[in-house]
Amino acid sequence: MAMDSDIKLIDENGLRLDGRKFDELREIHIEAGVLKRADGSAYLTWGENKVMAAVYGPRELHPRHAQDPSKAVVQARYNMAAFSVPDRKRPGPDRRSVEISKLLSEALEEIVFVEQFPRSAVDVFIEVLEASAGTRCAALTAASVALADAGIPMSDMIASCAAGKIDGHVVLDLGKKEDNFGEADVPLAIVPRTDRVTLLQMDGDMTAEEFDQAMELAIGACKEIYEIQRDALKRRYSTSLEDYEDNEEDE
Amino acid sequence: MNEKKKRELLLPGDIIEEEDVRPGRGTYRRDNEIHASKLGVKTFRSGYVNIAAQSGRYDPKRGDKVIGTVTDVNSSIWMVDVNAPFPAVLHVNDVPWRVEFGDTISYIDVGDAILVKISNVDELKKVQIRMDEEGLRKLNSGQIIEIAPSQVPRVIGRKGSMITMLKNYTGCRIFVGQNGRIWIDGDLEGQYIAVKAIQIIEDKAQAVGLTEAVKEFLKKETGKDLDQEE
Repeated sequence: MAMDSDIKLIDENGLRLDGRKFDELREIHIEAGVLKRADGSAYLTWGENKVMAAVYGPRELHPRHAQDPSKAVVQARYNMAAFSVPDRKRPGPDRRSVEISKLLSEALEEIVFVEQFPRSAVDVFIEVLEASAGTRCAALTAASVALADAGIPMSDMIASCAAGKIDGHVVLDLGKKEDNFGEADVPLAIVPRTDRVTLLQMDGDMTAEEFDQAMELAIGACKEIYEIQRDALKRRYSTSLEDYEDNEEDE
Repeated sequence: MNEKKKRELLLPGDIIEEEDVRPGRGTYRRDNEIHASKLGVKTFRSGYVNIAAQSGRYDPKRGDKVIGTVTDVNSSIWMVDVNAPFPAVLHVNDVPWRVEFGDTISYIDVGDAILVKISNVDELKKVQIRMDEEGLRKLNSGQIIEIAPSQVPRVIGRKGSMITMLKNYTGCRIFVGQNGRIWIDGDLEGQYIAVKAIQIIEDKAQAVGLTEAVKEFLKKETGKDLDQEE
């Protein structure tokens, strides 16, 4: 049933174009607290993707009419740098990045204790410096590390990963060519501790069984990514813990 | 109790495994378990377990003494920025002077720095402050620097050891607001050294033996050796 695509995505040994197995992630590295000016930040590389996330707030929200008297508003802004893709990307928000920004805002609002900060905003700025498939997952993964780094009260972090279908096989974490020439792409984000899904999309088509399989693969990978996120934060803060004391103020 | 023991870093969502405690600041309860809601270390106070945040903005709490700057004035209140997500309100009844209605501006003007106490934070996060207690006042001289609110305990030091040392060596008057703003007043040379020393504390907050490192710096810069004099 597999569509005969122009290029072969899986070789005779059952390996993908970049030599990965079906259930193998690209290499992920995260560093927390990379920007001094922001309240929290994270830099993430995921295969060839490079993503920077910065968090500001909670702070007073302007314009005032956008304020919510009962909770904080999480405003994520996903932006691709002009040099992030082979052909120059025309700068500024477009249909795609507006959609992703909305998606990410809603996913992140799910974990932040927004009701603790009425009338205020939590701003999350995500810059994609280099893009090679799966940037929305990379963006969300980086953004939740940046939120934790910013000391924002939240119930947990979000880990995100995509699965998809190429040459008739369900595989994890599609690369650029697999995304372009494959049959389906399913980005997923979960709260790993509770398995709550905060983002789920599908581009292309697959059977119900294949979808379940893809979900299972992606959920497993999210847990792996969660550990990488935690590790990044621990590396950033572990050195500052020696003989911590909480003191009273005095003059 | 836990001398020099390296504290465990908790991340948002982590379960706090403690018996007989109630969830305090920086925590939440779910399914009978207490979880951390912020990145930090756990501390205990009167039956509550709290998370002492290691990062993040200032979270106003009643009783904190903070340094604010006035952003707006009208006939009966001053709006004050205390470095929190929410503006704070200073009412004419809560200042040490008897202010005639509409005469607020002649006492405190926009841009003035004041040393105040948080008198109340309600559920809607309306922050009220007061200036009519001892030690609270308008700051007319000196300079104000800002550090991360999570580093405030470090600048103060164990039982105020760090701040006392800073004052003794530099001869400056220093006040550390809980909101991360520090007021320093004294001769310019002393102020300069104090600012430098606080930068060292902020940059090297992690280093073991921080007090010693800062003392070395102060000795070198001021040419004093207070250990010898005693």
